[in-house]
Amino acid sequence: MDKYQINHLRELEAESIFVIREVAAQFENPVMLFSGGKDSIVMFHLARKAFYPAKVPFALLHIDTGHNFQETLDYRDNLMEETGTKCIVRYVQDSIDQGKAVEEKGVNASRNKLQTVTLLDALEELKTDAAMGGGRRDEEKARAKERFFSHRDEFGQWDPKNQRPELWNIFNGRKNMGEHFRVFPISNWTEMDVWQYIYMENIELPNLYFTHKREVFNRDGVWMFKAPFMQLKPGEELVEKDVRCRTIGDITCTGLTLSKADTIEDIIQEVAATRTTERGGRSDDKRSESAMEDRKKEGYF
Amino acid sequence: MSDKNSGYLDMELLRFTTAGSVDDGKSTLIGRLLYDSKAIFEDQMEAIEKASERIGNEEVNLALLTDGLRAEREQGITIDVAYRYFATPKRKFIIADTPGHIQYTRNMVTGASTANVAIILVDARHGVLEQTLRHSYIASQLQIPHVIFCVNKMDLVDYSEETFEKIKSDIDGFSSKLSVKDIRYVPISALNGDNVVDRSEKMDWYQGPTLLHLLENIHISSDINHEDFRFPVQYVVRPQTAEFPDYRGYGGRIASGAVKVGDPITVLPSGFTSKVKTIDFFEDTLEESFAPQSVTITLEDEIDISRGDMLVKSDDLPNTTQDLELMVCWFNERNLIPRGKYVIRHTSAEARCMVTGVQHKMNINTLEQNTEDLTVKMNDIAKINLRVTKPLHIDSYSKNRITGSVILVDEGTNETVAAGMII
Ligand SMILES: Nc1nc2c(ncn2[C@@H]2O[C@H](COP(=O)(O)OP(=O)(O)OP(=O)(O)O)[C@@H](O)[C@H]2O)c(=O)[nH]1
Ligand SMILES: [Mg+2]
Repeated sequence: MDKYQINHLRELEAESIFVIREVAAQFENPVMLFSGGKDSIVMFHLARKAFYPAKVPFALLHIDTGHNFQETLDYRDNLMEETGTKCIVRYVQDSIDQGKAVEEKGVNASRNKLQTVTLLDALEELKTDAAMGGGRRDEEKARAKERFFSHRDEFGQWDPKNQRPELWNIFNGRKNMGEHFRVFPISNWTEMDVWQYIYMENIELPNLYFTHKREVFNRDGVWMFKAPFMQLKPGEELVEKDVRCRTIGDITCTGLTLSKADTIEDIIQEVAATRTTERGGRSDDKRSESAMEDRKKEGYF
Repeated sequence: MSDKNSGYLDMELLRFTTAGSVDDGKSTLIGRLLYDSKAIFEDQMEAIEKASERIGNEEVNLALLTDGLRAEREQGITIDVAYRYFATPKRKFIIADTPGHIQYTRNMVTGASTANVAIILVDARHGVLEQTLRHSYIASQLQIPHVIFCVNKMDLVDYSEETFEKIKSDIDGFSSKLSVKDIRYVPISALNGDNVVDRSEKMDWYQGPTLLHLLENIHISSDINHEDFRFPVQYVVRPQTAEFPDYRGYGGRIASGAVKVGDPITVLPSGFTSKVKTIDFFEDTLEESFAPQSVTITLEDEIDISRGDMLVKSDDLPNTTQDLELMVCWFNERNLIPRGKYVIRHTSAEARCMVTGVQHKMNINTLEQNTEDLTVKMNDIAKINLRVTKPLHIDSYSKNRITGSVILVDEGTNETVAAGMII
């Protein structure tokens, strides 16, 4: 490489830091959505870099479905304490108790979709004008279409057919009262970039990403963790396997990968060899061809 | 920056965009490129197989890999840019697959504005069309340094060398009026994969490289301006903690050039001078930093500096002015209003401005200037003048893509109505 050249990870990092600083400068009340998954962990790491030695100048917001892996919650609490960051938590259970969201029924019931209600309520309550998310364009075909600065109307909706042009790296965060932006600082990262970056930067992750023994069951070809509130269908049985999470989301829609990978290097090799996408194991995307687009229009992450 | 354990992580990033008229095969080409370089996952393939069947395609429609919105699949066209990613052992690629339809020109410009390479498709049966010209002209205005014209659907013209040569000479005819540094031509069939990743067996008259080979080998590091140090201040970092009580750093992304500790700096617009004290990057401090890195700079002296200001080297100043002459690409259904007021954004600076003149519009078909009809409508490209409420620190776009670009925003709707390139 030439003298004045940086590798792809450093270029992506510089771009993301630029976007995060732009949010802090252009908005009055931004938050960063934090799920405890690797993408939001990387995004938060980039935010720390953007403002160091000052603290991150906005709060994190976690929408807790009540169906999270305990490891994720512990990891979150530790990280916040170590870095002195404020994390606001809002609960899907509260939205259900207030009658704003209705629990799905049946064996495939998931609170994943209900999160949108809690999220939009939280953004309104906190008077948030920009919410940063760890969505990446390589994850899903509707995300592949989204801008860095994604405008939302007063109902929190996305209009994919009429997005604002976004030229160079000049971001237009101007909006009318009641509207807000979703901003995706790591839009251009792939799953592989995220893992390589975690490796390069030595970022600590929840243990769920590494191999461990767990009681799991197989549903429609996907290995799932059985939480107490979940029911097995006839024919499904619990077995112990060596598994790890490729993505971490709500328990009801996070598929587990059979894997013995216990270092980041192992994981990078596994990701390089895999023939399915990371969301292939997410039942929330399998519901229909445009499941993600439909959820995003309503205001999902 | 030292990356102790980078090793195989050291790859170059190339951003490219597709362009060309509706149905010339842009999305199919990207699908083919991904498919033949084995960058499509099994579940993605299954999903597009099913979707192809549902919309009645006999074979798998590779365009569905990028045409992911419901409305796009229903209409069989691309509406907005789709970003796709793939890597070969040589490079990482960010692809922007843009729409060909004139109605969505602003989305094409969005995808093209950050590209190092533009692939412009031409349907071998139809040759050069108005949209081919418009996109070529936009690519040239955006100063995309490398343009690859792919003459596509060669399977439908019997892989005829004559057809290819005819289109090539038509393109040569108008490209002399453009300012593209590096132009290449490849005859392809996106549908069948000829000369995309693998060399065509049906066109042995073509001896040049395949498209992927070009993308892997085009030299791109010279595309950044390494000469003139420009540092638009994005954010002032002030921890005000016990550990860092007096720290005052300027966060930003180096737009161009390089800077070293100790370099004499001028702050614009105030004109105060100082020296670089430290260049900080998280817990590291750097001796030197360069575009496109994002860093935090501290100075020897206490100077009042805020977002929108610019740090430059004292012996290499940009042009400071309130009067701009620029080419704009107009995006909005509402025409440009002569003497109208808009918000202008330039790097991290924001101001208001007034349109003081429209010099000409481009006639896309002839690439000639039209000075008769000066009504600037959606998708028009025009040369205009602006008066800004405060001085901006600019370079010409041809010298500097970052300090030479602006956007105009409608004060009422907040929509981005134009992209501007300073002359
Ligand atoms: N025979 C043949 N057909 C092709 C080829 N490339 C594309 N097509 C067909 O041309 C049609 C349009 O292809 P798309 O890839 O959707 O075109 P596009 O340029 O992306 O169109 P827009 O994005 O809407 O501007 C489809 O029916 C393709 O199957 C080719 O090399 N040969
Ligand atoms: Mg297309």
